[in-house]
Amino acid sequence: MMRKRTKYGKYALNVFAGLGLVYLFAPIFFIVAFSFNKPKGNFNIAWQSFTFDNWLHPFAEQSLTRALWKSLEIAAVSTFVSTILGSLIAVALSRYKFRGSGGINLFLVLPLTTPEIVLGSSLATLFLGQNFIDFGMTTIIIAHIMFQVSFVALTVRARIRGFDWTLEQAAQDLGATPLRTFMKVTFPLILPGILAASLLAFALSIDDFIITFFNSGPVQTFPLQIYGASRVRIPPQINVLASMILFLSVAILMTGTIAGMRKSAEKQATAKKFKLLHRK
Amino acid sequence: MTETVVRQNRIARNADRVGMAAMIVASLCLVALGAHWVSGPMVSVIVLILVLVLGSVLGLAFTGGPEARRLLAPYGLLKPGMLWLALFFLAPVWSLLRISLSTKESRFSVQYNFSWAFQNYTTAFRDFGKQFEHAFVYAAIATILTILIGYPLAYVIAFRGGKYKNILLGLVVIPFFTSYLIRTIAWSTILADRGFVVRAMNAVGLSNVFEWLHIMDNGKLLNTPAAVIGGLTYNFLPFMLLPIYVSLEKIDINLVNAAGDLYSSASRAFRKVVFPLSVPGVFAGTLLTFIPAAGDFVNAQFLGNPNTTMIGNSIQDQFLKQNNYPVASAMAAVLMVSIATLVLLYTRIFGTEDLA
Repeated sequence: MMRKRTKYGKYALNVFAGLGLVYLFAPIFFIVAFSFNKPKGNFNIAWQSFTFDNWLHPFAEQSLTRALWKSLEIAAVSTFVSTILGSLIAVALSRYKFRGSGGINLFLVLPLTTPEIVLGSSLATLFLGQNFIDFGMTTIIIAHIMFQVSFVALTVRARIRGFDWTLEQAAQDLGATPLRTFMKVTFPLILPGILAASLLAFALSIDDFIITFFNSGPVQTFPLQIYGASRVRIPPQINVLASMILFLSVAILMTGTIAGMRKSAEKQATAKKFKLLHRK
Repeated sequence: MTETVVRQNRIARNADRVGMAAMIVASLCLVALGAHWVSGPMVSVIVLILVLVLGSVLGLAFTGGPEARRLLAPYGLLKPGMLWLALFFLAPVWSLLRISLSTKESRFSVQYNFSWAFQNYTTAFRDFGKQFEHAFVYAAIATILTILIGYPLAYVIAFRGGKYKNILLGLVVIPFFTSYLIRTIAWSTILADRGFVVRAMNAVGLSNVFEWLHIMDNGKLLNTPAAVIGGLTYNFLPFMLLPIYVSLEKIDINLVNAAGDLYSSASRAFRKVVFPLSVPGVFAGTLLTFIPAAGDFVNAQFLGNPNTTMIGNSIQDQFLKQNNYPVASAMAAVLMVSIATLVLLYTRIFGTEDLA
């Protein structure tokens, strides 16, 4: 009796999880499906008929394509800078014990616990009060680096938490210079964490809307272009480009997962070998 | 000669203090410059101090020997990022507070004079009280919904995923690789008045139930408070799900088995073992969901109606459309302070687990 009930409970929970996944994918399914729609008029919101046209001409909407390139450009620059700044902070926090590290930790979390609209509007008030930089690419990049730094620092720090820093000493005991130690030992080992963090930072930059909205000036990024145009027209190219970004991210995610799985399989294999050796 | 060596050694031994002091002074200089604490010739004085401080730390690193360098190293690594945050995060917050207490010279002027103008705050509360209320109520409901949806999903993935765990987790994250804006627009089309969902609900008769629950309004799903809350729930679900998953994944399954061996029922084991251990995840998820949801304006814009606007919409409108920076800044400041207070209270009540 009892067992039966828990079994049903188990079943219900799995069904709920399945429904949850359906819920998560509902708009995604919609976005991809409507990239194959041939819309009537300016709004691609009612299903008319199937077509490959949009995928054959993904860059037909010039303003949209230009905005996408702008976004990629901004993301590349801001990710490059924020990855360096954030990784340095992460290394400092996990490699050294020093005065004030608790305060630094708290300070790093602050930008993440501040609503984006506050970050965006306050940065805009900073730029309003000066005559050095005009609103545009520079202000957007500055804003993006600002919110990326914390993300990168915290992600990298979490990834290198278990790092064995005595390896550095070992290398130096074997006669390596500090620079050589860093290039040959430390950097390769913390690189995966830095790469993961920079991917996250890149995604955050591409997708950021609220902070960018306040600091963009005349520049149109991909989200801003969609926002601005959404009242007048929603061309199917939005769906095509969004689907492309989606598929590309999935491909990156899958290579990452597969590489991770292979690595853990290798680890298991060596562990097995080790066990067999010991049994003998 | 020997005296200088001794003094240098003392400085070198306390290099960490020097490094920290230099970082704090340099940050303060940048905040002062960015937030206009000073003007005129004082600006060059501050710049000079900044350069001197950074220069002297560099000098100490070069001349102080390996011990000093080791003590200085963490501050050197921190400095670029910290100074960036000082100039582009701290200084802006200060200038936001300053503008929120300023008045415009005239309606079309771009000049603001600081004058302890607290009337900006009274205006903010008087004219936009409803929007504040919407922001906090919608965000709170959305946060609760993300727990209700996210927790079971995270639980199933963490405890029943088996070897498909990573794939399931990937599936959960994939939808959020499409642009936030496009996702929200997609929901507005899905819920549209003559859309598939509304028609299906009418056909099955579910719409009456939804009307009764006040989720639907006169046969409409879109442009209702429920749609705004639904959008917030959807868009911030991963911020709840992932921290919960991380905390569930860490739980040793033997603990649950042990509870079973000791004749605990499954639900009791969940209540007494699994749930308490996952509280840090729920805690982090709540902050990560509530904070961005309370400041959001995209969902209210695309899924709501003029009576469901949130404080984010008002700030955006006053700031970018009306160019009424003082009142917009006052609203942003109130939002920031009230969220900071809530976070503090929340950490007091539920403990101070590390967020990251």
